[in-house]
Amino acid sequence: MSDLILEMKHITKEFTGVKALDDVNLKVKRGEIHALCGENGAGKSTLMNVLSGTYPFGTYSGDIVYNGDVAKFHKIKDSEAKGIVIIHQELALSPYLSIAENVFMGNERMNIKGVIDWTKTRSEAKEMLAKVGLENEDLNAPINSLGVGKQQLIEIAKALAKKVDLLILDEPTAALNDEESAQLLEIMLQLKKQGITCIIISHKLNEISYVADSITVIRDGKTIETLVKGVDEFTEDRIIKGMVGRELTNRYPERTDCPIGDTILEVNNWNVYHPEDPHRQMLKNVSFHVKAGEVVGLAGLMGAGRTELAMSIFGREYGQKISGEIKMHGKPIQIKSVQDAINNKIAYTSEDRKTYGLVLIDDIKRNMTMAALRHYFSKNGVVNSNDEIVAAEKYKKLINVKANSIDQTVGSLSGGNQQKVVLAKWMLTEPDVLILDEPTRGIDVGAKYEIYCAINDLAKAGKAVIVISSEMPEIIGTCDRTYVLNEGQIAGELSKEELTQEGIMKCIMQHNGKGE
Amino acid sequence: MENKKTVNINIKQYSMVIALIAIFALFYFMTGGKNATSTNINNLVMQNGYVVILATGMLLCVLTGNVDLGVGSIVALSGAVAALMVVDNGMSVPVAFLAALGVGLISGVFTGFFISVLGIPPFVVTLATMLMGRGLTYTFLQARTVGPLPTNYTRFGSGFFFTKQIPFGDGKLDLVCIAVAAIATILIILSEMRSISTKKKYGFATNPMWQVAVKLVIILAIVWFFFYKLATYNGIPIVLIIMGVIVGIYHFITSKTVAGRQVYALGGNAKAARLSGINTKFVFFWVYANMGLLAAVAGIVLSARNAAATPKAGDGFELDAIGSCYIGGAAAAGGVGTIIGAVVGAFVMGILNNGMSLVGWSTDLQKVVKGAVLLGAVTFDIVSNSKKS
Repeated sequence: MSDLILEMKHITKEFTGVKALDDVNLKVKRGEIHALCGENGAGKSTLMNVLSGTYPFGTYSGDIVYNGDVAKFHKIKDSEAKGIVIIHQELALSPYLSIAENVFMGNERMNIKGVIDWTKTRSEAKEMLAKVGLENEDLNAPINSLGVGKQQLIEIAKALAKKVDLLILDEPTAALNDEESAQLLEIMLQLKKQGITCIIISHKLNEISYVADSITVIRDGKTIETLVKGVDEFTEDRIIKGMVGRELTNRYPERTDCPIGDTILEVNNWNVYHPEDPHRQMLKNVSFHVKAGEVVGLAGLMGAGRTELAMSIFGREYGQKISGEIKMHGKPIQIKSVQDAINNKIAYTSEDRKTYGLVLIDDIKRNMTMAALRHYFSKNGVVNSNDEIVAAEKYKKLINVKANSIDQTVGSLSGGNQQKVVLAKWMLTEPDVLILDEPTRGIDVGAKYEIYCAINDLAKAGKAVIVISSEMPEIIGTCDRTYVLNEGQIAGELSKEELTQEGIMKCIMQHNGKGE
Repeated sequence: MENKKTVNINIKQYSMVIALIAIFALFYFMTGGKNATSTNINNLVMQNGYVVILATGMLLCVLTGNVDLGVGSIVALSGAVAALMVVDNGMSVPVAFLAALGVGLISGVFTGFFISVLGIPPFVVTLATMLMGRGLTYTFLQARTVGPLPTNYTRFGSGFFFTKQIPFGDGKLDLVCIAVAAIATILIILSEMRSISTKKKYGFATNPMWQVAVKLVIILAIVWFFFYKLATYNGIPIVLIIMGVIVGIYHFITSKTVAGRQVYALGGNAKAARLSGINTKFVFFWVYANMGLLAAVAGIVLSARNAAATPKAGDGFELDAIGSCYIGGAAAAGGVGTIIGAVVGAFVMGILNNGMSLVGWSTDLQKVVKGAVLLGAVTFDIVSNSKKS
């Protein structure tokens, strides 16, 4: 028994009649990396919130046995005092404070009570940063001068400063690119060597099967199974089977009976400069086209300029000194605002749905009709609310938004359902071209499948679809043709047959070689 | 979901109306019925007319997640301009009113320009217009009170709509009031029936019949009580008509038009609104320009009621208007709130003021109570919402 650092027994947690957790059991061995898998809404985050004391002792039933004792955490500070630190998906850093200050935020190094000891703060911060591979960073630099990947590492340094024994990471790599993710995983393995136990929640199954020693799968608030490395099968397909309760034979639905028609959107010699720096060219002579019924991918590493390309086309929402030509159905058009783009039947769903896609405090119906309101749901500026309700009900059913009613606020939905609302919002504008930027980021396997089905339906309806994604399997699984972007230029164009992960990487590498 | 054809009325939606009735009833007992006399009901309308007008405009600003601190000063400035033109320069009243509205609109456009085109935070811009407007008022009026204003001016603040009075009991009864109440009754019942029939037509859930009936009875009781009191006084105050028209227009704009919906979207998430094709700069612009115009309307009404323009007129009105919005359920962060809520909020403040004056509490104490009510209402709103989720 002593090799278990944590045992959660028969945990049940209810929210006004809904059982979020139903008799969940979790055993974590000392010094291992334990992964929690499950679809969104399965109860992973709730379980971790119970553990960390966010939901205090008494609001759940069951026992938490930590280091052999039954723990009763009433607040987060209680669990932190015992060495349990949780790092949430949303980073808890103060953007304008320095790195050193952030590392000790809420845990300040003091000499007399209440007075900060700056020498100690800096020297210890240096120590903590070394442990996460950031020893070369300037301690006094503000946090917002770092990229997201490094900020995530600062979060870990912050946890280390609290003398952590059990570190919980909730979706740590969701916002990171492949390189940054790999670095973070290496650091997790190093921490393991130092005897720190980790619990990781992630949707990226390849990372989990690489880094985890055991995996507990949760579905609908219940523990399904625990897989142990070296004992059980440890493949992605095996994990997915546990998560969805069935075997997804194909993660990407096949698109059949979808003839490719004429070119709808054509962009030629597109040049864009950085919005703050007029000398920094972000996109150089980019040209591409999309045909009716075709799904075209935009692949590339983070920072390659994919989102910048999409946003600059979509009503010049990004960049300055934009030049180039856009043609719709062969005719050159001018797009100077988002409204122009919508009028020209172009739609764009942002990679960050919460910040750029949705009004979280508003209901499903109003979010769905937000972009189409002027054209399709109003007459002389007056809204036809009955048509609106009918349309919202129709799309809720069509793309299977799981909600009690169309009057439910979007903020209360899971990520996958929020993404469906964003998709519905743009489908309602009846576009010819849809640019989907990271359409499945941070959403579960089941919802992903439904989004892919929706993409297929759009293509079948003769729309041109552009998919921007950092997940190469997703591009390969969904696209007919792919452009690889690198450093603001088209590095290559790959047909369905040429499209492999190696093909994309080779394309990028060769292009890098040419540049130097 | 689909087979559930009836849903209960959300009582929380009406919590402020219930609070309004409760406060009124409380003061009814404390004052021995003095607050329900015909004279006092009439006073309530005339005293709160300009706050209601300001609150409707302010609600739009609050919906964007901001406030306009300058309205009190614009009220004074536009009233001063109109009064000066009439009293000192002998110009006709309509011309003076147009000039006052012009002053309000220009100051609104000025505010809107800095906020939308140059991106200056509204708090800063309107703090500046508050100071500038007040300063200009003192300058124009040379720190004196300009009056008295002629009756064709003051009737917009203290006059009455045309009446047809008949003897009734000890006094008289205005038939126009009764007619308006009757028409209102028919319209309210018809619109309720229409809303039920469209709900049925589209297959949406309806409220249980008895709840609809209770709701209608309460609404109609308030309507009849109100107009009966006015009828036994001098009839319908012109302020009530101005107020009613403005509230009606802005209720329509916020609940039924694309422009209104855009304000809510902007307040809820400005970035998402912009990426949905909403011209967020223009929304900011018209919301603040409109606030200036409504402040001028309130300025005319206030100077008409006082029969003079004073340099200190409208002092602190911005806070009454903002407070009304918050009491009426608007969120300080923006994106949430209704015109009707703001109007109810304004009347909650008004009935409190009026009741406390009748009881004989000092204005110092009144401020404490008003502050406590504002805090209590918003706390109740936020706490009850966070419990729900």
